[in-house]
Amino acid sequence: MNFDYSDDQKMLKDEARKFLAAKCDAKVVRGVLDNADRAYDEALWKGVAEQGWLGVAIPEEFGGLGMGHVELCGLAEELGRACAPIPFASTVYFVAEALMKFGSQEQKAKWLPKIAAGEVIGAFATAEGKGPVTARSIGTSVSGGKLSGEKIPVTDGDVADLIVVLAKDGLYLVEKGEGVSAEVLTTLDPTRSAAKLTFSGAPAERLGNEDGIAAMQAVFDRAAVLLAFEQIGGADKSLEMAKEYALSRHAFGRAIAGYQAIKHKLADIYVKNEVARSNAYFGAWALNTDAGDLPLAAATARVAASEAFWFASKENIQTHGGIGFTWEADPQLYYRRSRQLSLVAGAPATWRERLVSQLEMKNAA
Amino acid sequence: MDFNDSPEETEYRATARTWLEKNAAEHKAMNHADDMAAGKAWQKRKAEAGYAQITWPKEWGGAGGTPIQSVIFGQEEAKFPVQYGYFTIGLGMCVPTVMAFANDETKQRFVGPALRGEEIWSQLFSEPAGGSDVAAIRTRAVRDGDDWVVNGQKVWTSGAHYSDYGIVLVRTNPDVPKHKGLTMFWLDLKSPGVEIRPIHQMSGGSNFNEVYFTDVRIPDAQRLGAVDDGWKVALVTLMNERLAVGGASGASPKEILALAKDLDAADGPLIQDSAFRQRLADWYVQSEGLRNTRMRTMTALSRGQTPGPESSIGKIIAANVLQDLGNAAIEAEDQYGIINDPALLPLKGLFQGAVMNAPGLRIAGGTDEILKNIIAERVLGLPGEIRTDKDAAFKDLAVGR
Ligand SMILES: Cc1cc2nc3c(=O)[nH]c(=O)nc-3n(C[C@H](O)[C@H](O)[C@H](O)COP(=O)(O)OP(=O)(O)OC[C@H]3O[C@@H](n4cnc5c(N)ncnc54)[C@H](O)[C@@H]3O)c2cc1C
Repeated sequence: MNFDYSDDQKMLKDEARKFLAAKCDAKVVRGVLDNADRAYDEALWKGVAEQGWLGVAIPEEFGGLGMGHVELCGLAEELGRACAPIPFASTVYFVAEALMKFGSQEQKAKWLPKIAAGEVIGAFATAEGKGPVTARSIGTSVSGGKLSGEKIPVTDGDVADLIVVLAKDGLYLVEKGEGVSAEVLTTLDPTRSAAKLTFSGAPAERLGNEDGIAAMQAVFDRAAVLLAFEQIGGADKSLEMAKEYALSRHAFGRAIAGYQAIKHKLADIYVKNEVARSNAYFGAWALNTDAGDLPLAAATARVAASEAFWFASKENIQTHGGIGFTWEADPQLYYRRSRQLSLVAGAPATWRERLVSQLEMKNAA
Repeated sequence: MDFNDSPEETEYRATARTWLEKNAAEHKAMNHADDMAAGKAWQKRKAEAGYAQITWPKEWGGAGGTPIQSVIFGQEEAKFPVQYGYFTIGLGMCVPTVMAFANDETKQRFVGPALRGEEIWSQLFSEPAGGSDVAAIRTRAVRDGDDWVVNGQKVWTSGAHYSDYGIVLVRTNPDVPKHKGLTMFWLDLKSPGVEIRPIHQMSGGSNFNEVYFTDVRIPDAQRLGAVDDGWKVALVTLMNERLAVGGASGASPKEILALAKDLDAADGPLIQDSAFRQRLADWYVQSEGLRNTRMRTMTALSRGQTPGPESSIGKIIAANVLQDLGNAAIEAEDQYGIINDPALLPLKGLFQGAVMNAPGLRIAGGTDEILKNIIAERVLGLPGEIRTDKDAAFKDLAVGR
């Protein structure tokens, strides 16, 4: 038993933190936030690709570094802490994971090296409107290799080269181009773009043979663990910002950090963050070993991390007082991102439900 | 990250499991005296097999084992009905303090019997004036030749009524600031002048006590640490306390899941109620988070690092989850939930017990509020509370209520 990163993994994480501190400060994030026509930061995307991060968990035979998922979790944590405005999650946690889980040898050989090299941006298109994705909510279908339907919202759908689409009977790979049109959406977190995608007879290639919802869920389980690490990174950063502000802001003759209402608020954030981190570690292990526990571990990690980031990001604004509610202060970046990350693979309530059904199955056995 | 046992751990677990299967006798519901006898017998058996304090060095009766081994044994032991609370305070807090500060002769005399469950220890710190504010105690010790003469009152002393020995913190100098005039002793609780009065708790039990001292003579040879330097000694006990009282056993999400399958709610079994399921998920997240946090602490220990005050989060989570979970269960029983008769209740009234015991768990070993202060100050580095008592002589302070 061992419940921490190894020394090598810590080193990779430290390097990533340094890299992001240099290449992804708040100005970079705001460069995307303040420009409605920019979907992501191109320079950062290129830099991240050069570092090899896109392929960290992709096997060497497919152009990746073949390190593993714990390493990827470490990077995710740092990307979350930096609030990185790039399509990393869509491309790596969803599309690359979907390919690795369900792709044929040819599909993997065709796409994974391009993903690892940063030549392809991915998107995972599941929702078709309000509410959780269920067998009933999917209208998208395929006939004679052509896919038709409408997906909204699709994170990074406007910039994706390769889209994994959930249709009635399963997952499909669709390339940008013929029969695919995108309409950019206004979202809560403009540092991560989203679109409505309309497919009208787009050429589609089947990805795996599984039932659609089950396949989507398998991808969500994998992404959920990785997203949890991004959420924890963001939650930690929110706590740090709150702490620094509280130590510097004086009211009634002393730093507000000395007032117990603020101290206890920050302690509460800390407790939630640590609960989330411990659960995420278990998720990382389950993901890395593809353990039978993955669905339960993923749901636990996701619920904990969604709660932690939400709480940390909202109480960070509160700790900042009026300045926290302004556009120029940075807490909003994390508040927005917390909403994006909590919903992108299905809402916390959906995951709580999944957690309990997994628990029921486990205890029935 | 690796949550599987290593080959050595697998082997250790198997050995422990085999030993437990052979040795863990059935625990029958019985009166206090029988329960105590069974507890002592079990402790002795564990000590003989090297399972009593696995991480202690062999010379003190431990097994020189790793923190992870002690976790593994704990996990396996929990599967048998042989968990007794009589030794936690002694072995977790008092005896380690004795080991750190007493002379060799005292250690030789006491460590072994405590480990084998032959003698039970109490921690006599809290007083009516000093609970959260531990250093505000008023029990006074005055030097008289080779002895100290002690007068005053302790309170909330767990297990004093069945304990043999205790470590006691007393004031030896009221003319200096409060942390500077304390001294620690060990004492025989059967000493003349010690009177122990059990307190009736809201849970119905009487596990803690008032302890009165009337001209109790404690030889100076029983002093732990220097005169007036007892605060330093107390901190060692309190640090161990945080590790020892990390968890709350009892109702768990797994148990409430089982209950919810059996209980009928308005539209079918409670387990199908979506509001209930959402809350169940949150409790599970907390309990698992706590379990895995402990494992992180153990990993730090086994790498030779010291776990920080972050282990303070354990008790906050455990006690609060226990309280909420128990309450949800009794509310789920609807009108029936007001019954508190083990014979009539699921799991022998486990949930009612949780509701009635959780308030104490949120207070004992540091209240939620104090633990949050610790996290804020020692983990996050926020400023300490405003203090008016730091430099003033103890005798000039307003203490108590
Ligand atoms: C079941 C049980 C077993 C115990 N066993 C033992 C034992 O074996 N030996 C022993 O020595 N003691 C024991 N205690 C005592 C325990 O350590 C104290 O009760 C505890 O530390 C709280 O002190 P108090 O009861 O004096 O409450 P108080 O200190 O009077 O606290 C009252 C309230 O004020 C709050 N408060 C106090 N100071 C602050 C602050 N600075 N900031 C914010 N809020 C504050 C507290 O959080 C609490 O809500 C036990 C207690 C219980 C309940």
